[in-house]
Amino acid sequence: MTWMDPREVFLRNLHPAFYSTCNNLHCTWDSFECIGLHGQDAENAFKVRLSIRTALGDKAYAWDANEEYLFKAMVAFSMRKVPNRETTEISHVLLCNVTQRVSFWFVVTDPSRNHTLPAVEVQSAIRMNRNRINNAFFLNDQTLEFLRIPSTLAPPTDPSVPIWIIIFGVIFCIVLVATMLLIISGIRQHRRKNKGPSEMEDSEDKCENVITIENGIPCDPLDMKGGHINDAFVTEDERLTPL
Amino acid sequence: MGNVSTVPKESPLRRVLGSFLVPYIIMLVVEGMPLLYLELAVGQRMRQGSIGAWRTVSPYLSGVGVASVVVSFFLCMYYNVVNAWAFWYLFHSFQDPLPWSVCPLNGNRTGYIEECEKASSTQYFWYRKTLNISPSIQESGAVQWEPALCLILAWLVVYLCILRGTESTGRVVYFTALLPYCVLIIYLVRGLTLHGATNGLAYMFTPKMEQLANPKAWINAATQIFFSLGLGFGSLIAFASYNEPSNNCQKHAIIVSIINSSTSIFASIVTFSIYGFKATFNYESCLNKVILLLTNSFDLEDGFLTANNLEQVKDYLASAYPSKYSEVFPQIKNCSLETELETAVQGTGLAFIVYTEAIKNMEVSQLWSVLYFFMLLLLGIGSMLGNTAAILTPLTDSKVISSYLPKEAISGLVCLANCAIGMLFTMEAGSYWFDIFNDYAATLSLLLIVLAETVAVCYLYGLSRFESDLKAMTGRALNWYWKAMWGGVSPLLIISLFIFYLSDYISTGTLRYQAWDAAQGQLVTKDYPPHALAVIGLLVAASTMCIPLGALGTLITRRLKRGDTAPVA
Repeated sequence: MTWMDPREVFLRNLHPAFYSTCNNLHCTWDSFECIGLHGQDAENAFKVRLSIRTALGDKAYAWDANEEYLFKAMVAFSMRKVPNRETTEISHVLLCNVTQRVSFWFVVTDPSRNHTLPAVEVQSAIRMNRNRINNAFFLNDQTLEFLRIPSTLAPPTDPSVPIWIIIFGVIFCIVLVATMLLIISGIRQHRRKNKGPSEMEDSEDKCENVITIENGIPCDPLDMKGGHINDAFVTEDERLTPL
Repeated sequence: MGNVSTVPKESPLRRVLGSFLVPYIIMLVVEGMPLLYLELAVGQRMRQGSIGAWRTVSPYLSGVGVASVVVSFFLCMYYNVVNAWAFWYLFHSFQDPLPWSVCPLNGNRTGYIEECEKASSTQYFWYRKTLNISPSIQESGAVQWEPALCLILAWLVVYLCILRGTESTGRVVYFTALLPYCVLIIYLVRGLTLHGATNGLAYMFTPKMEQLANPKAWINAATQIFFSLGLGFGSLIAFASYNEPSNNCQKHAIIVSIINSSTSIFASIVTFSIYGFKATFNYESCLNKVILLLTNSFDLEDGFLTANNLEQVKDYLASAYPSKYSEVFPQIKNCSLETELETAVQGTGLAFIVYTEAIKNMEVSQLWSVLYFFMLLLLGIGSMLGNTAAILTPLTDSKVISSYLPKEAISGLVCLANCAIGMLFTMEAGSYWFDIFNDYAATLSLLLIVLAETVAVCYLYGLSRFESDLKAMTGRALNWYWKAMWGGVSPLLIISLFIFYLSDYISTGTLRYQAWDAAQGQLVTKDYPPHALAVIGLLVAASTMCIPLGALGTLITRRLKRGDTAPVA
């Protein structure tokens, strides 16, 4: 890599005393000895983690200096939207300790390069423009993580009337109507049955339909409806000799 | 085949995923078929509902029929709540995304609700959105209006089906029994083509010798046979009483039990393939989480860690960076496909959770969800029809009640009463009461009832007398296999099952239940409070005491009659 390590630039301007003890890409940020960020400055740095291969698979791009430049541009763009910070330049954003993961730390300095911008401002700026930063890299909230910067999740679309109540209402009404119809037709059948036998009792020339029950099994009444009269057995009065 | 095929089909909820094939098939042949044949034969011979039939067998046995009716009544009370839940899920399946696939956001929209984070989104939807469950059975809470509405709808549908009596129920049951087969076939095709389905199927078909030695497996198989065939509920006798006397019930018993068990096995294949998909999916996400954790902690290159080299890289990291590795180590979960497959499925709640979790990961999940819950509803309503028929037949047979009220009114009153009682299960603690009813209302009582039935027919009525009755009725002689089963094997098996249940209860001491802890996001085991134990005792006693009480009652009335007539003579 031929670019100037921004830490080097930072260190040269900020803490020249510590510069000689640092060994460029292999310092750990945990203790911040290397870059000499103490106290407030250390708190204003954020770790970023990208999972490009997880997100894009075969179409993954390699993370190189140009991508870092784009990242710095996006962060500077986000900061410029904050009132009082419209003069943030790309060179004010410093990245450090880029690992193979790909993960790195970044911090935003003020124009004088003397101190770092407070974490709260950076946090809110990134949150406001998270979507555009994600889109610039074809990533989303899970694959481009800013640790300690929570993302705002999309609210679910809540219709005014829950869908399930609509479907419930439809099915409820259908079942209710069907039940009413069955009950009403049952009542009508009942009334017709009650009227029927009373009509039959009025007429005298119909034979009595007495249904005998033996052992719980009804015997079929012997009635004229089902039978045919066999003419051979009809007794004719002329056959009999009169007394 | 018409009336006999109206055996109440049990829903897949009862097809507990741990049901293994070997005990199942053995129990079917030894217990299921003989007892089914016995009940059908009794019903066909006596031509009355369960109460009248057993009174005809022996006057001292009127309690058996009453016990069946009481068990059916309890079952009616609590079983329709399952249909209510199925309706709830069905109505919620028409949304995109499915409500149980995403966690709802918390107050300031920076993350998900904590309870949902700790548990999973499907568990959250079940325990919080559907049940709104309270932390323990003592805190009853209020009646939830959403499940209450669904319960009212479920009872309305049941009323619609039983409105016109058992003849119309027969036609409805054709529909509710055949349509689930279509859905099962669709699911079979979908299930077998899912990624990881073969894992589940391999798990189902490999016999586990140590599990076979465990009596629990046999007890579960026997209980499942009882429930899926509907033995002891009185509904079989009720349905068989509508048959022609010359009906060949032996053939029907064999056919019905074979169809029933093949349906069970068919449904188990579908269930296990979906279960294998879910287990594989969970296993792979567990692996991915571990990979992400290691990648982030050690800033390894993205994509370097895969499932294949995970173990070697872990060893390398442990040796190269021991201090850092020991920091991260507690968070690394041991992912295993076996443990995912063996996650014990207990209770109806988990059955809802398992299936919805599998469905949310399929493509076009709304379609699969609608199909699944529609099938569940059909099976559940079919079961309810059998149960309500078991209650209504004695009520409509009795001349006292049927002279005052028409059939429709009796059915309406029964549905209304059960619906009102069922509101108890829609309270916040309702799910715990449901589990009580589910575990204790029917299991022990059914065993006793069926034992009493077998003993009554074989020894009280007389096996030879029953054999000659059947021969006169159907024209076929009784095979020696049935005689051996009825007389010896089945009663012995039931007695041994009963002893196992009792010894299991005695060895564990008090009874425990699983309560949902919202803070931890998982189930915790708690002891039942005294009033819940009292209810359990009441449930078991109410049905089992009917048998001796009935015998006692007949004895007393006979003594009184003899006492009345003695001075006359």
